[in-house]
Amino acid sequence: MLQMKKNKKRDYLPHALVSPALIITIAIIFIPMFRTITYSFMSYILYKPKEIAFNGLDNYAQALSDPLFYSSLINTIIWIVFIITFQFLLGFATALLLKKNFWGKGIARTLILIPWVTPSVITALMWRWMYDGNFGLINQILYRIGAIDQFIPFLANSTTAMASIIVALVWQGFPFFSIMLLAGLQAIPLEMYEAAKIDGANKVQTFWSITIPLLKPVILTTVLLRTIWVANSLDVILIMTGGGPGYSTYTLPVYSYIKAYKGMDFGYSSALAFCLTIFIMVFVAGYIRSLLKSEK
Amino acid sequence: MKKSTILKKLLTVYLPITLILLFAIGPYMWTAISSITLESELYRPDFRFFPENPTIENYVRLFTKLNFAANMIDSLIIAIATAVVGLLITVPASYSFSRFNFKGKKILLMQFLVINMFPIMLLIIPLFIMMKVLHLMDTYFALIIAYSTFTIPFSVWMMTSFFNAIPTELDKAAQIDGCTRIGAMIRVVLPVVMPGVLSTGIYIFITAWNEYLYAAILTNSSVRTIPIALQNMIGEYQIEWGLLTAGGVLSALPVIILFFFIQKQLISGMTAGAVKA
Repeated sequence: MLQMKKNKKRDYLPHALVSPALIITIAIIFIPMFRTITYSFMSYILYKPKEIAFNGLDNYAQALSDPLFYSSLINTIIWIVFIITFQFLLGFATALLLKKNFWGKGIARTLILIPWVTPSVITALMWRWMYDGNFGLINQILYRIGAIDQFIPFLANSTTAMASIIVALVWQGFPFFSIMLLAGLQAIPLEMYEAAKIDGANKVQTFWSITIPLLKPVILTTVLLRTIWVANSLDVILIMTGGGPGYSTYTLPVYSYIKAYKGMDFGYSSALAFCLTIFIMVFVAGYIRSLLKSEK
Repeated sequence: MKKSTILKKLLTVYLPITLILLFAIGPYMWTAISSITLESELYRPDFRFFPENPTIENYVRLFTKLNFAANMIDSLIIAIATAVVGLLITVPASYSFSRFNFKGKKILLMQFLVINMFPIMLLIIPLFIMMKVLHLMDTYFALIIAYSTFTIPFSVWMMTSFFNAIPTELDKAAQIDGCTRIGAMIRVVLPVVMPGVLSTGIYIFITAWNEYLYAAILTNSSVRTIPIALQNMIGEYQIEWGLLTAGGVLSALPVIILFFFIQKQLISGMTAGAVKA
């Protein structure tokens, strides 16, 4: 209180330092965002400039009666659930291994991060080449060990396309889980483990009653961050299958992108983008609420 | 007894870590091998892991026939400019967030976190229209501006956590010695936080170098970054995998090398928030 009185003279320096970042954020993020929301209430097809006008909720009504909207939404959910689950399990296993002492640990920890810094385009291209239906490495290996009789066109087949892309995304993202969880594991005080040992707890008991509860905050934050990221990501799908074959790998962001890029239908694309944002926000809000509840 | 512990360690540590490593870098190894294989040898019926005659022919073709050097220069200019612009804007802001208490600080900081979550599709159409109106389509500026939409929010958080790690006594000591507040920031705090600034800058560089979606929409022929050039090599019916894998290696290599320099800093900055919370 005393200090505040002393500084009664208005101090603008903190604001002055923040303002460039703020002004630019408003100009290139907030204004565009509100414009997208506005477009979502308009009929806005780029090559029909005369027909650009407000049309109320038409785009949303169109979405509700669009089977492709529902299948994209379901694909988005499948996509998130499978990717996050496998990224988490693999990342956790990696973190537990990296916490142990072994020869070559430093190198292993560094090499495991490589997929995470790989450009999405390269990720997509590498996997596309490995999945290739005529000369791909995966087909060659599976064929040689006798697992398949004939080559599978992984990305050209609507039953295997989604699973194939999911594997590529798990590859790209599991290192992030392992870094975060490793940091979390290292923050658990060793005394806790020693105390458990003295009390006669075995490894499994220690894992479930010490490691997991103490790691929970890190797990929850990481899952949240990754879910948002995976829900938004579309570049790997675009390059691997472009949403196909048919519409089998359409997720909401992919659908929105294709509507804007190929269909030039900015109104409908914006409506789809806004729906996606709402879903993410609802998920985040629900997630944070359940977190706060469980903490009470 | 001893033999069984070694066996146990082999089975519970070395075997699984080797499998995970193989999964992590296997695709790269295969890409690198493909890139030194002749196109004709890639598509032969009798499969072999290593090429009979390793060759740099694909790399040569990349530069002589496809002008890949120009793509690399475009990517380089855009990534460096995005990093410089991002740092110039976010370093002062983060200093202010870390050092001063002012009205609305919490909301402002929150706001930078929340906008990180917005889907790119929420911004891409208006940015496209904006670039058209401002006649910035197909220029470096278009991509530098577009990339700032995700680098600025991230960088504010990253830099704030780096500044927070430096004790405020340092600023006070500088001010007692007669520095102004800005002087303290520039001459005393900034040198100490330099490793953090560098890491954040390199991180921005990497994300800008890797970006594909904005580049696909906002540029066309006069500016062509590496990801777009690679994507364009995918033809309708035929893909020249030798060329593509060579391009992939050249595109990923700088990123991986840079990443090795900053990994410690970056990881401590990223995990600090999550672990403390």
